[in-house]
Amino acid sequence: MRDTRPTVNISFDGVDYEGYVGESVLECARRNGVTIPSLCFLEGLSVWGGCRICVVEVAEGHRLRPACATQVTPDMEIKIETPRLRAYRKSVLELLFAEGNHVCAVCVSNGKCELQDMAVFSGMDHVRYDYQAPRREVDASHPKYVFDPNRCILCTRCVRVCDEIEGAHVWDISYRGEHAELITEMNRPWGDSLSCTWCGKCVAVCPTGSLAYEGRSIGEMEHDPVMIKRLAVARSRGEWLDPEGAI
Amino acid sequence: MSNTVIIDPVTRIEGHAKIALQLDEKGKVDTARFSVTEFRGFEEFCRGRPVWEMPSLTARTCGICPVSHLLASAKAGDGIMGVRIPSTAVKLRRLVNLGQIIQSHALSFFHLSSPDLLLGWDADPAIRNVFGLMAEEPELARRGIRLRGFGQSVIEAIAGRKVHSPGIVPGGIADPMTAETREWMLSGLTEAKQTAEEALELFISMLGKFEREARAFGTFPSLHLGLANDAGTWENYDGHLRFVDAEGNVAADNIDVADYRDYIGEAPRHDSYLKSPYFKPLVEDSDDVFKGVYRVGPLARLNVCKTMGSPLADEALTAYREAAGGTANSSFFYHYARLIEILASTELARELLNDDAILNPMVRATAGINHFRAVGTSEAPRGTLFHEYQVDARGLLEDVNMIIATGQNNLAMNETVLQIAREWVDGNDIPEPVLNRVEAGIRAFDPCLSCSTHAVGKMPMEVSMFDHEGTKVNEVRRG
Repeated sequence: MRDTRPTVNISFDGVDYEGYVGESVLECARRNGVTIPSLCFLEGLSVWGGCRICVVEVAEGHRLRPACATQVTPDMEIKIETPRLRAYRKSVLELLFAEGNHVCAVCVSNGKCELQDMAVFSGMDHVRYDYQAPRREVDASHPKYVFDPNRCILCTRCVRVCDEIEGAHVWDISYRGEHAELITEMNRPWGDSLSCTWCGKCVAVCPTGSLAYEGRSIGEMEHDPVMIKRLAVARSRGEWLDPEGAI
Repeated sequence: MSNTVIIDPVTRIEGHAKIALQLDEKGKVDTARFSVTEFRGFEEFCRGRPVWEMPSLTARTCGICPVSHLLASAKAGDGIMGVRIPSTAVKLRRLVNLGQIIQSHALSFFHLSSPDLLLGWDADPAIRNVFGLMAEEPELARRGIRLRGFGQSVIEAIAGRKVHSPGIVPGGIADPMTAETREWMLSGLTEAKQTAEEALELFISMLGKFEREARAFGTFPSLHLGLANDAGTWENYDGHLRFVDAEGNVAADNIDVADYRDYIGEAPRHDSYLKSPYFKPLVEDSDDVFKGVYRVGPLARLNVCKTMGSPLADEALTAYREAAGGTANSSFFYHYARLIEILASTELARELLNDDAILNPMVRATAGINHFRAVGTSEAPRGTLFHEYQVDARGLLEDVNMIIATGQNNLAMNETVLQIAREWVDGNDIPEPVLNRVEAGIRAFDPCLSCSTHAVGKMPMEVSMFDHEGTKVNEVRRG
């Protein structure tokens, strides 16, 4: 079906494209095959704009803007690959790595981790900040899944998918700033949760090895973030996309 | 006047160990202490981690023998789950351990020890290394390197990676073997076996030259520990624990690995992070743990078994026992035993691969947490390895104890250093060949620290001599 939304002219790194009014910069870029790296964004879920990986420069202002939470406007000149943005992305990633305990070598998601992929993509080969090495306890109380807060980057995908798609709202963020952490229900062990339906959507969308199936060893985790787009489309349009189409 | 000699390779490269020799008034060696000054703390940071993660976490203990840790850890995981893993998984685990024994022993013999054996203890240190070996014996060096490469490739083919492989997991093996992999492995075994036979022949031909070393490189009565099976064949993966004495008599047998604490004590030492394990039943006083000294590794394994379980290796074992006069008690014979184990590994690997069951796709058992405690063992190239885990009902580690092969040889390495020093050190003078022999005495055990300090074939050393009042009277450095 042809899209009838009104269009605007924009450019990515000097190349002209057509955007739809109301569309975000990130959506527009992806539709046109232009890469803007992102972490917390997931198609099918609401926009959170928290990770700041997808920030871009817009010609008329010095301020960096998150591509996922910025709508395209007429004659918008968007820059993605600039030295400033590359350095910024790297810094954000380094801070994420420094904040938790990310040990790829022993992680269930090693080789299948969006954070790891992003570090490779961004050329982040070391961390300049002091590792915080927080002491965080693994929650293995759920019969099917394991939550390792050491690997959590607070992207809130699990919070959003549980609330918006499953409708259970088991997950939430507690505390603030550097003390912020992911909790289940009223900060009870996941296994004691009354509202969890064991659906596994949170595990499917986790970008790291923080949420995983029990019994998996190194590199054995399989995430399925595309599942959410399939579900979202099924609900809104009443039709199932085939996996190829969803991707 | 009594002197203390400190041989301290703690400096410059990795910082692992030091040797202290106490001389008496006549300049003769009185006592020796071998200490490891490196602290790693694996047992501490494993606490709180899921048991499923333990194989990959503990494999990081070592880059040379990670397969041993993977196996011991996965077996402890099997025990926590309470599963009997599929028979094909057992075969694949056995095969990957044979690959590991081949590669690690090849490294020890060809890369690290043969420069001493072939070029001589007194050869110029600048050429007494694997590069010198390449210049002198290029074909031997090439074959040795290829043999190690083959062992590494066996590990990669079964477990997914040469080093720190992800494919050895609680419950079995992650992926079944393909027919192509089997064919490739079978074809590679031909050269591997040939190289092992040639190396063995070469070593036997040189044995006469090393009469003094065979006598003075840690020849003393001790117990020997290894995994054993009911058939009496050489065991490297499963079975029970068996101790034999210096005459080959069984000192303790049919010990369930889960009961290892009843037989093995661990004495901490104030000057070393390496504890000194000992055979408990023989030690009444904790100050005299040497009464319970035992050795592990190739020498011990060949003393513990009746036969190797493969034709050529059994012939070699007969000749070995004749040369050793029955039970081998000279640590110099570790080299000899190691070569027989490589040969046996190539023969036994072929036997496993010729069985079509090796291709069975069922290679993994799954289960939840069914036991709070389990012990896993494997025969690492350097000796019996123990992993003991205590978990909570959710499978998170509450307590971890790992007993490493090198640690179990600690008392024996002390004794070896003492013997070598008594044989060669005289007065305050410590010439380079003497340093090299002390180092080679330790190297015969192929301890883990050798891999990190022998990258170019020479252990950095700092030897200091002190008189009885603590004044430094001599100092020798190298490396």
